Amino acid sequence: MTLMEFFGCTLIAFGPPFALFLFTVVRDPLRIIVLIASGFFWLLALLVSSILWFAVVPLREQLAFGLVFSVIFQELFRLLFYKLLRKADEGLKMVTQTEQDMHLEPKDFTNKHIMAYISGLGYGIISGAFSIVNVLADMVGPGTVGIQGDSHFFFVVTAFLTLCFVFLHTFWGIIFFHAWDKSKFQYVAIVVVSHMLVSCLTLLNQRSETHTPAYWGSLVPAYVIMFLTGGLAFKIAGGSIANIKAAITCSCKQTSYEID
Amino acid sequence: MSTTVIESDDSAGETRPLMSTGTAYSGRRSQPVTRDQYENFDDGRTRDNQGNGIGMDVNHEDEADETRAEIRPARQPQRRRGTSGEGEEDEDEVMLYGAKHVIMLFAPVTVCMIVVVASISSVTFYTKKSGYLIYTPFHDGDKPDSTTGTKVWQSLANAMILLGVVIVMTIFLLLLYKYRCYKVIHGWLVGSSLMLLFLFSYLYIEVVLQAYNVPIDYITVALLIWNFGVMGMICIHWKGPLILQQAYLIIISALMSLIFIKYLPDWTTWVLLGVMVIWDLVAVLCPKGPLRMLVETAQKRNEPIFPALIYSSTMIWTVGIGMAEGNPKKKKKSKKSKKDTQTDAATGGASLAVDNGSDDDDDSGFTRNSAHEQVLARNSTDSAEARNAVAALADRPTQPATARPSRQAAPSNSRDSQASAQQDEERGIKLGLGDFIFYSVLVGKASSYGDWNTTLACFVAILIGLCFTLLLLAIFKKALPALPISITFGLIFNFATSEIMAPFLDRLASGQVYV
Repeated sequence: MTLMEFFGCTLIAFGPPFALFLFTVVRDPLRIIVLIASGFFWLLALLVSSILWFAVVPLREQLAFGLVFSVIFQELFRLLFYKLLRKADEGLKMVTQTEQDMHLEPKDFTNKHIMAYISGLGYGIISGAFSIVNVLADMVGPGTVGIQGDSHFFFVVTAFLTLCFVFLHTFWGIIFFHAWDKSKFQYVAIVVVSHMLVSCLTLLNQRSETHTPAYWGSLVPAYVIMFLTGGLAFKIAGGSIANIKAAITCSCKQTSYEID
Repeated sequence: MSTTVIESDDSAGETRPLMSTGTAYSGRRSQPVTRDQYENFDDGRTRDNQGNGIGMDVNHEDEADETRAEIRPARQPQRRRGTSGEGEEDEDEVMLYGAKHVIMLFAPVTVCMIVVVASISSVTFYTKKSGYLIYTPFHDGDKPDSTTGTKVWQSLANAMILLGVVIVMTIFLLLLYKYRCYKVIHGWLVGSSLMLLFLFSYLYIEVVLQAYNVPIDYITVALLIWNFGVMGMICIHWKGPLILQQAYLIIISALMSLIFIKYLPDWTTWVLLGVMVIWDLVAVLCPKGPLRMLVETAQKRNEPIFPALIYSSTMIWTVGIGMAEGNPKKKKKSKKSKKDTQTDAATGGASLAVDNGSDDDDDSGFTRNSAHEQVLARNSTDSAEARNAVAALADRPTQPATARPSRQAAPSNSRDSQASAQQDEERGIKLGLGDFIFYSVLVGKASSYGDWNTTLACFVAILIGLCFTLLLLAIFKKALPALPISITFGLIFNFATSEIMAPFLDRLASGQVYV
């Protein structure tokens, strides 16, 4: 039973990201490198925020403190990674020009959203992995959660929230990069605020003697925000309802879409 | 169990050179670089601007000479201002090790780490301390009541002893290689790989079967081990499909690092990793460093380094050494002529010959890819003319006119095809098995404490370190130590994660708070 739960939760949390990785990233070496590099930047952000959390001893029990600064640091490092990527753009182009039979089409560079998406995905995958991997390891058994009056949904909620965060990071990556490319700082604000909001909502999940976790209070808004940011990212990347219609009906008619 | 320990002692000693070859080894420069090679680059690069005149190619030649000593990025802006294609061409050369090559190393390193981590986390045998190598006589540090001081001096002493063994073994190998005792080296390598492939794989299977409580009879196991081992010996030391050879090298590294994790005292492992970083730096970068001298000697002799020591992303051919073994004197004499043909083949015929060679062999896609690249790189129609002009102006001894005929003659010439095979082999990136072993030791050791976050952090850090190393490789174009950056990152992230990040993350995970 515990093993089934383990596989179920693993697939919930990492099934869709793994599919994205498989279909969009894995065949292109450069994308893999960018993915891992952005993961490394997330790791650095986490390192800085946990050093802060570790250093400020009196506030260690207050997760809200660590959380707020962690969000800020993550966004700062996302900005750093953006700057780095745009600086390395020239170099990356060189790599592609030498490699003749690589699958990397020049559209990786003409369409800036691709690298933004890849780095967002890298951010999301590593953050998702770090937040759930030890829970997954405990999930294998022999024990389980929910017998002593705790919520039965602990593992499932963790898995769904992880999935939500992986997607959120992906979308945030797209929006954030676009915002800096076009100097549309309201989008930066949207990213930071929504990140802060969703993270703070998950504070409701904490358990204490007086407080049972209100999972609906965090899950539902998180998914709503995820779909909203997803829609925004889709629109930014040049998507529209006409596109979706064309994709579903498989009409070859050239739909015009513009990327601002 | 005690026999196990003793045997592993021996073999650990024997295989020591495996780990001491800690170099990311860039093939392109592995030959003494001659003018011809630089022209090669030029040939490759002229494909983009075929219309350009002869004078420009001469410029290239000069630039190529200059750039030997220089670090590239500093020059690039200046280049850009030059004639349209120039800058691009030069960068072409810089970025010979493209993203694809990085991935060609990422994949095996990842596989090796995954094998080790999976074994460690599923088989308790490798985390239980039941014996130690003879080289680590001090192991009070593992006792629960030991003080920090004891831990420190004992692990330092152990690491120093191990380092001494490594140094002695490396120098021994270097001397053997220098005085052309190929038979001894081969015997040594064959012996150690025999031990790893038969004995250690048997032990591995035994503990895995025990861990999963699977009964199996000795005859079956013997049959399995025999097939596995013999195939491995053939693939590593003689020939076989590239993918199999790579797989066997990965398995060897994984087995070796499992042995290290099991039989080294807890803290000695960490100290040893730190010490190896420094040793790797010294051995590869010092002018008289043993590994550097080994690589340079191999380059001078135009031989590939022993295939049992180095993972190559393209085919390894052992023919060169086999020939040398037969008759060193003759080899010496024939070397000059061979070099000539090789340069000819390199300038003109290489592309075709390579194409032919890889079509005949049952290589995996890697070789064919690189052959294809070479064809693309070399097949410019006016490259021969450009080369002639360059040769005429640069006063090159080789007759420029011969370049063209040799292009047609190349495929039929077996010697040429061998030379091209060597060329082909040199295109890939090579990574010492020692690097695989120590990367895996670090990740495996991190995972042996049971915290997956630490394992993941180490994994990402090592891959990023490898990326940096390969970037430096593309810039400096010489053999570089692959351990320092990766292992330093790995060590930093290991301790940072287990001491600082893990408590924070545990709190977040148990509270289901997401940052």
